[in-house]
Amino acid sequence: MTETRYTKDHEYVRVEGDVAVVGISNHAQEALGDVVFVELPALGAKLAKGDGAAVVESVKAASDVFAPVSGEVVEVNKDVDAQPGLINEDATGRGWIFKIKLVDAGELASLLSEADYAAFLKTIA
Amino acid sequence: MSDSATLHTPLHALHVELGARMGPFAGYDMPIQFASGILAEHLHTRTRAGLFDVSHMGQAQLVGPNHATVAAALERLCPADFLDLAPGRQRYSQLLNAEGGIVDDLMVARPPGADGQLNLVVNASRKAVDFALLESGLPTSVRLTRLDRLALIALQGPTAIAVLERLEPNGGLAAMAFMSAQRVPFGRFTAFVSRSGYTGEDGFEISLPADEVEAFARRLLADPDVAPIGLGARDSLRLEAGLCLYGHELDETIDPIEAGLAWSIQKRRRLEGGFPGAARIQAALAEGPARKRVGLKPDGRAPARDGAEIVNASGVEIGRVSSGGFGPSVAGPIAMGYVVRSAAAPGTPVSLMARGKPLAARVAPLPFHPHAYHRG
Repeated sequence: MTETRYTKDHEYVRVEGDVAVVGISNHAQEALGDVVFVELPALGAKLAKGDGAAVVESVKAASDVFAPVSGEVVEVNKDVDAQPGLINEDATGRGWIFKIKLVDAGELASLLSEADYAAFLKTIA
Repeated sequence: MSDSATLHTPLHALHVELGARMGPFAGYDMPIQFASGILAEHLHTRTRAGLFDVSHMGQAQLVGPNHATVAAALERLCPADFLDLAPGRQRYSQLLNAEGGIVDDLMVARPPGADGQLNLVVNASRKAVDFALLESGLPTSVRLTRLDRLALIALQGPTAIAVLERLEPNGGLAAMAFMSAQRVPFGRFTAFVSRSGYTGEDGFEISLPADEVEAFARRLLADPDVAPIGLGARDSLRLEAGLCLYGHELDETIDPIEAGLAWSIQKRRRLEGGFPGAARIQAALAEGPARKRVGLKPDGRAPARDGAEIVNASGVEIGRVSSGGFGPSVAGPIAMGYVVRSAAAPGTPVSLMARGKPLAARVAPLPFHPHAYHRG
């Protein structure tokens, strides 16, 4: 079973077994506008929750992507390297950024559920 | 997010109706982008015609007894030759402080058929400073009138002329050359039109009554060639065109020679001086400035942003990025910045610091995208 959780910094985490797929939310891609460059994390990088993991650059501005959970980067999305616009087209699908192997599944509990994230977005609108 | 202190242009309601994402700029609530996004708006302007609301900019008129008096008054504040400005022509210049630093950059047009008038367009963020400087620096025979009841729009791009000709076939618009300016009748009202803009494309800036601008904008937008364009694409267009933005490439510490604007100071003024900071500017013309505005092209695909340090091969800081981002027509990252003169030659390898990491880059010739002005 898969479950998607969110941070208040607008990253999402989709848990697939002991690996989490990380990207930016649809709300985040809309707010950023056209993405023109993605700086991916290094494969094998060991990240602590909250570390800067990637950078998404739009025409206007750069935005940090923080590791929503701790773990090791086990895969990066080469497609968004070649076609950064995939993040605008399909942020939570083909526009994923990296996969991280969880070291502490308990960290997921501190993230927002889909419904909580939707409620959070209403508070900042 | 607008509040009571935020100003609106006469097109504000139309922007909102068109689904613009609004944001604050120079005290105004302005469209940053429309639904299609900055990339599409930028490319639309380069291939067809983009409609920009620039009503936030400051419009004013200098009026005096004759052209020579008004031109001489403005020449005491700006380094351009206005005496030599022919009727129906426009010039780009700068208001200078006593040290030759740039208080603002502005457009100055001499309307045809009126002796002793100059029309000015200044930056929104500098209106108050500029108008105070002008009022205190003018002789009693020359008056500054703010034209706050006028709106200003720009129609920019290769098909701008065709669009306007469809609207007003008898306006004489096709015969206008780049940097010419004249009155053009559009039915109910007469606009003051210049063939100029800030995108590097052929196009027009149209000054018209504020209460006519929304209906006129709707007529323009009804043409399939025309799309509304926000400030995001206005910025990427001017950056590709190598044009200065006040607060980025220009400020009160930078003189026009450092900024690469020597072309806007005509020969008589260079020789005679008689403008604020003339000694510094004449010395910079003779000996070369200590620092220069340059184009910067990162080797990779990561953009450098405003304020990034520029370092040489030895890691020594030699300047700062003044504007940096992505050029949609260039299809890559571009920037402008100031570097010491010894590092200003195109091709010079430099590094731009982005979040503590050096991006390899080279000094590049400006503009990044060739200008397509209608030279007539």
